[in-house]
Amino acid sequence: MSLASFLIQLLNSVQYGLLLFMLAAGLTLIFGIMGVVNLAHGSFYMLGAYLAWWLSTLTGSLTLAIVLGVVLSVLFGLALERLLFRHFYQRSHLDQVLLTFGLIYIFEETRSILWGDDVHGVTIPEALSASIALTDNLSYPVYRLFMSGLCIALALALYLLISKTKLGMKIRAGAFNQDMAESLGVNVKLIQMIVFALGVALAAIAGMIASPIASVYPNMGSSVLIMCFVVVVIGGIGSVRGALVAALLVGLVDTFGKVLFPSVASMLVYVLMALVLLFKPEGLFKQ
Amino acid sequence: MSAVHNNLEQLPRSLQLALGLAAVALAVFPFVGSDFYIGLVTRMMIMALFAMSLDVLQGVTGLVSLGHAAYFGIAGYVLAFVSPADSGASLWWSLPLAVGASALAATVIGFLVVRTHGIYFIMVTMAFAQMVFFAFFDNKALGGSDGLYINLKPTVLMGSLELLNLDNKRSLYYAVFACMLVVYAFLRRLLQSPFGRTLSGIRMNEHRMRAMGYYTLGYKLAAFTLAGALAGVAGYLWGVQTGYINPELMGFHSSAHAIMMVILGGMGNFAGAIVGAFAFELFLHWFKDITKHWQLLMGTLMVLVVIFAPRGLLGLVDKLTAQTKPGQRHD
Repeated sequence: MSLASFLIQLLNSVQYGLLLFMLAAGLTLIFGIMGVVNLAHGSFYMLGAYLAWWLSTLTGSLTLAIVLGVVLSVLFGLALERLLFRHFYQRSHLDQVLLTFGLIYIFEETRSILWGDDVHGVTIPEALSASIALTDNLSYPVYRLFMSGLCIALALALYLLISKTKLGMKIRAGAFNQDMAESLGVNVKLIQMIVFALGVALAAIAGMIASPIASVYPNMGSSVLIMCFVVVVIGGIGSVRGALVAALLVGLVDTFGKVLFPSVASMLVYVLMALVLLFKPEGLFKQ
Repeated sequence: MSAVHNNLEQLPRSLQLALGLAAVALAVFPFVGSDFYIGLVTRMMIMALFAMSLDVLQGVTGLVSLGHAAYFGIAGYVLAFVSPADSGASLWWSLPLAVGASALAATVIGFLVVRTHGIYFIMVTMAFAQMVFFAFFDNKALGGSDGLYINLKPTVLMGSLELLNLDNKRSLYYAVFACMLVVYAFLRRLLQSPFGRTLSGIRMNEHRMRAMGYYTLGYKLAAFTLAGALAGVAGYLWGVQTGYINPELMGFHSSAHAIMMVILGGMGNFAGAIVGAFAFELFLHWFKDITKHWQLLMGTLMVLVVIFAPRGLLGLVDKLTAQTKPGQRHD
């Protein structure tokens, strides 16, 4: 493997890892704070991708589509939490599994009725459509760098939000001891709504920015959901920092596995998970 | 509210009677049903076996496995591997081999997963099942994404005498029916055995069981292996009936369907798993008849069941019949 192609694979793995982080961060926060297993989290990724495709064909601009899409997905998240999820925080994990699996079916079919079952492509905005030449015949697309940059910016914003702002303090208080936070005057119900909507928005954003390179297709949420589970298990449930480390690790193993050991590549990530389980059953960064 | 009652471990008389009548109806069904419906009911009974195997974990031990379909599929694949292209494999060794393979996979994966708890267990069982799925999906040698055919059904010979012709739809029906009854009787007996009581104890309070000196990891691993082996029996029979096995059968949707069957009927008493499997397959058949968007109906049904009938159909029947007796305290 030449240096240039190594560099390309490295950048790809970081980009994939960061994308997984956007999804896993929401999943792990929602579980850490509300204690709810959400199998439908992958559907929010699909929702984002379809919104990006649909709104960009309507408005003619991916940027505008993403802005509108974020607003819509936040509203969707708030409504879903208020109407359905809120009533399931105290229920058993089993009930949550069945509920959210049922939601996957409902979301998939609604998508099929609204937008059909075709595969769609989303065009990269002109400003980002260039490639950087690395050697005579190898180059790296600017859009992928932009994706990674955006994910890093959002990860940083998430970190600042949770650890430096008053809202973040309330979120952490709610995660640590809900009753105590409530009796000290924190509106825990509101915090839960915000966290849920935040998780939905992060997953939807991941879907939106991935849509130009991954295309938009039915059931795109399922495979990404399972990868997110692996990331959350490796990182430790409830830990955003763990999710970041694990997502990058999974990105590296998956990308280089596909290049170096193509026949067993899709299993390598699970082998990694098995190893982590063997030595650290509660993940690398247990809270 | 005792957990024993919540699970309907002791079935009320009225339910026992209803189930007995249903069993008689199943026994005479092939004399009145058409070939199509005999096939459909055979499939339902196979799914009932699968659901009962999951109930060992989900209802009795309190472990939510989202990867149970893997063990169902492995046995089917083993049958496909050992079936020659131009003749049927002998049931006498292909069945134990297939079930053994499922049990072995469950032991290896179980060794890793029983150390985890709660949501970790859910995620990890799902992830390992996905690993098994990809092992078959990505390898042409193992059938790849298209799956494998089982050209001829297994033979059941005693010397040169044919005991059972599985090609005959009615014979297969009765073979599967017998399997279902035997497994049901075995699991009901197991539920009352010291082993079954220990598993129930783990569901109610694992810490206490450990404090009492039970090595709970070992019990959970045994339950996981047993459940995997029984899922293998169902998977083998599936392969026999359909003559075809593909990775989809091991996917996460199949595992979730099994969870739904167990909840739909009522957990922890095995009768519920059978009722749930029949009801689920009926709904599925019906929904697919109505619309190509059947997932919308199935998803809605799942959400409604979780909201309104988390104890399943048997729980619902129990509640309704109990309400008609005034003065009796009921949870």
